[in-house]
Parts: sequence; structure tokens; C-alpha cells
Amino acid sequence: MSKPWDAASEQLLRELAPQVLGSVARRFHDFAAAEDAAQEAMIAAFRQWPQEGVPDNPRGWLIQVACRRMTDQLRSEIARRDRETAVAAEAETFSPTLEIEVDMDPDDTLILLFMCCHPALTPSSAIALTLRAVGGLTTAEIANAFLVPEATMAQRISRAKQTIKASGVPFRLLSPNERLERLPAVLHVLYLIFSEGYVSSTGSHLQRLDLAREAIRLTRNTKTLLPANPEVEGLLALMLLTDARRTARTGPDEELIPLDKQDRTLWDRAEISEGVELLTAALSKASVGLYQLQAAIAAVHDEAERVEDTDWPQILALYELLKRVAPSPMVTLNHAIAAAMVHGPARGFELLTALDGDPRLAGHYRLHAVRAHLLEKMGDHEAAIKHYRIAAARTTSMPERNYLIGQAALLTGD
Amino acid sequence: MKYMLMMNTMKIGQGVPGWPQKDLQAHIGFMMGLNQELHERGELVSAEGLSFPDQAKLVRASSNGRPITDGIFPESKEFLAGFWIIDVDSPERAYDIAARISAAPGPGGAPLNLPIELRPVMSGPPPDML
Repeated sequence: MSKPWDAASEQLLRELAPQVLGSVARRFHDFAAAEDAAQEAMIAAFRQWPQEGVPDNPRGWLIQVACRRMTDQLRSEIARRDRETAVAAEAETFSPTLEIEVDMDPDDTLILLFMCCHPALTPSSAIALTLRAVGGLTTAEIANAFLVPEATMAQRISRAKQTIKASGVPFRLLSPNERLERLPAVLHVLYLIFSEGYVSSTGSHLQRLDLAREAIRLTRNTKTLLPANPEVEGLLALMLLTDARRTARTGPDEELIPLDKQDRTLWDRAEISEGVELLTAALSKASVGLYQLQAAIAAVHDEAERVEDTDWPQILALYELLKRVAPSPMVTLNHAIAAAMVHGPARGFELLTALDGDPRLAGHYRLHAVRAHLLEKMGDHEAAIKHYRIAAARTTSMPERNYLIGQAALLTGD
Repeated sequence: MKYMLMMNTMKIGQGVPGWPQKDLQAHIGFMMGLNQELHERGELVSAEGLSFPDQAKLVRASSNGRPITDGIFPESKEFLAGFWIIDVDSPERAYDIAARISAAPGPGGAPLNLPIELRPVMSGPPPDML
């Protein structure tokens, strides 16, 4: 008895991945080994299900395969160490099918998420591990998304698991307080996955896995696991409101189209209304956080039918709030742009001087790009060209470099 | 973030062909160990050593588009000896790796302190986020 494999099956498989891993990890008290076993079960399903159909109890199937891998591994480990046969027998008697149904805990995914976004991990390790353990992606898919060899990504994941093992994080649900404390790290990892996907959605990497979509899916799941959390809602809203502009932000030759030149009829209305709805719900709650404010700014842009309808005074007010809630040089930079739109380019230019002494932004291409843009508006084309070219030389984004060189060329009349 | 680290050939007469066997082996061992370590840390994207400049050619298209190859003159300039592409969490980590490569052992086991050119790969952050 089985259902035919279709597009939804792949989605189902990914949704089941953290549940399978959670169940196996809890049973065997070994996260690292369970993670490998769950991955192997996923790969086996990807191989078998498209041909044989999706089993009636897909989760049970996956858990059973993963548990078999675990016991196989345990047995060979035991044989290797030449231990007492009694322990091997114990592993032998384990019969997964009977216990699977009672062994489902919706908190497993939440435990995994917090574990994978553990502060002991570097951002790139946390991202890779989250995509695999919580997102149910294969190592090959993750490697492909980051354009590194599969072996490199496999090592990164295995190192991340060793770090978790060494730090002795138990497989348990965090207390509400611990969760609150650690949530920003989790949201940051999800945000990084999204922004990585946002870069790769331009350029010649069309075959890459869509990380922006994956980030949205993971954040959606996080919202289900932590309902009514305003920052989770804010982050999801920010992703949707940004992703809505995806098709409008690149031209036919994959060139970058800035917000004020985009064809707004291409914006995804459904994503915008979902984002706005989420944001409205989030803002009605007590605290206003970093992601909600960024989402609010994205929403003001998205709600303007024409670029000249943009409510810049409101954007400026939101940046002022953001400067207080989460000050950073990037926020100051964007605040200056908003101020330029409300009070004229000279005012924006003046505000940029505050950033000159900031080592975090010293020589950063964005500072030069914004200066160039404001100088252009002020009519000083010669200085604008100079700053566009400096910015072009310093960016590490290819579409951005092409855009900046193009802006300088427009001003020289080439 | 990805970086390319480039190491040039040494000046004529100082290069590996003239080294004692023991020093050569120590140098190769060092490079293999470093690559293995970068791989284990999940940071190595690729690493290649290039042939000696004797085998290098300069190629241009002729007026009919056919290749015109020319010998090159190893004495006249520096040549790329090999490169690494790494994917690391910070520029500082990339500098550390470059410094390790720079200090690869040379004759008598003394660090070579070769200059390592480091270049970011164009795969940077998106323009309108943050």
C-alpha cells in the first residue's frame, strides 16, 4: 500500500526529517550519530519512494530505517570493541515498528532548532547543520547551495556536531526563559539563510537550491512551534515582504534593478498581504524588535504603488526607532538615505559624516555607494563618479559591481 | 565568505628544484597537512598546485580566431605556483590561513615567509538587505 510520489511528497519528506531525527536522538541519546542515521534514511527515501511510492506511514518508515542504521552501527561498534554480547543483544531486541506511533513529540523540532543554532557554533556551521537536521536537506543540496564541494560541507556538518557533542548540550527542551534568551541566535541563523538565498537568486546560479524559500519554510515552522512570538512573526514578515520583490529586482540579463526602478506590478501581492498581516499581528503585541521594524520598513515600500507614493517620512521615523532599538552603522546609513528623501540629499550627506570614524564601516563599499548616489542628486557628477567607482572596486557582489560601474558610466555619458 | 589565496613561484635559484630531499619532503608534508586540516574544518573549496613555468604558454587569438601560442620566459616575471579557494567565517580567519601558508618551511626548515596574495571571491552580501 502506497501513494504515488509527487511534488508534495518531497515537501512531506523534509517536514518529517526533524521528527525522525528527534525520535532517534531521544531513543539512542546520541545526537551526532542519530543525525547521520536520519540523513541516511532521508537519502534512502529519496531513492526509493519516487519508484515505489510513498509508504502509508512515511514517518514510521523513516524512523525504522534510521533506527536500523543506528543498531547496525552500534553492533559494529560493539564488535569492534569486542564487548560483552549482552549489550549487543540489547540492541538486537529493539523493535521499532511497535514503538514508533507513541514516540512522536512535537517539541523535537524545537529542541533541534535551538541545538543547531547553538552559540558555540560559527554562523556557517550553524547554518549548515540547521538546513540538514531541521530542514531535511541533503549534504549535497546544501553544498550546492553554497557552491562548495560536498566533502567540504560534510566536514563542516560533522565538525558542528562534534562541537555540540563537546559542549555537552543535552537533548531536552529549553525552559521558556532559556528559549527567550537564545531566540535571537536562532532568528539570526534563519535570517542569514534567507539573505544568502537572496544573493544567490541573482547571478548565474539558477541551478542552486532556493535558500530564500528554505528560510521562509523554516521560519514558518518556527512560528508554528513558537506561536504568537512577535519577533518570529516579524522575521517571517520581513522575509515575505522582501521576497515579494524577487522577480522585479533583476533584469533580463540578471542585472540588478534598484527599488526605485522596479516594475512594481511584478511584486508578489500574496506575499505582501501575508507579510503585512503578520506584521500587523506582531506590532499589536508588547515589544517592538529589530525584525519587526525592518519588516515595517519593507512594508511601507511594498505598499507604495508607484515609487513617488513612498511614505518616506514614515520610513524615516521607523529608522529613527531602529537606531534606538538596534543601533548599527548599516542602520545609520539607511537612516541617512531616508533623511535625504525627506529633507533633501544635502541633509543625508551631512548625516553620513557621522560614519566616517566608524571602524566597522571604514572603507565599506556601501558608504561610497550611498555618497555617490546623494552627490548625484546634488548635481556634483564628478564626485559622484569617483565614489561610484570606489564602491564598484570594493564590493564583493558581482551584480552590485556591474550596477555601480553602470551608474558611473551613465554620468560620464559613455 | 570565499577567498582565493595565491602563492607565487620563488626566485630563480631559490625554488624547490634546488632543495635537499629532506627539506622538500618537509615542505610537501606541511602543505598536505594544512590542506587536510582545512578540509576537516569544512573550509577548503579547492587547492591546486600548478606546473612549473616552463610549461606555461601565452595564448592569443589570431585574426581568424585560431590560437597563437607563444613560449614564456620564466626569468622575466613571477608566476603563480598554486592557489587555494577557502570558505571561512571571517577575513581574519583568511589572513591566519594565508600567514600559515606564508610560513611554510623552506631550506633547513626555516619559514619561507613568501607573500601570499589574498583576494575576496565575488560572492558577497546582497545589496539591499541589512
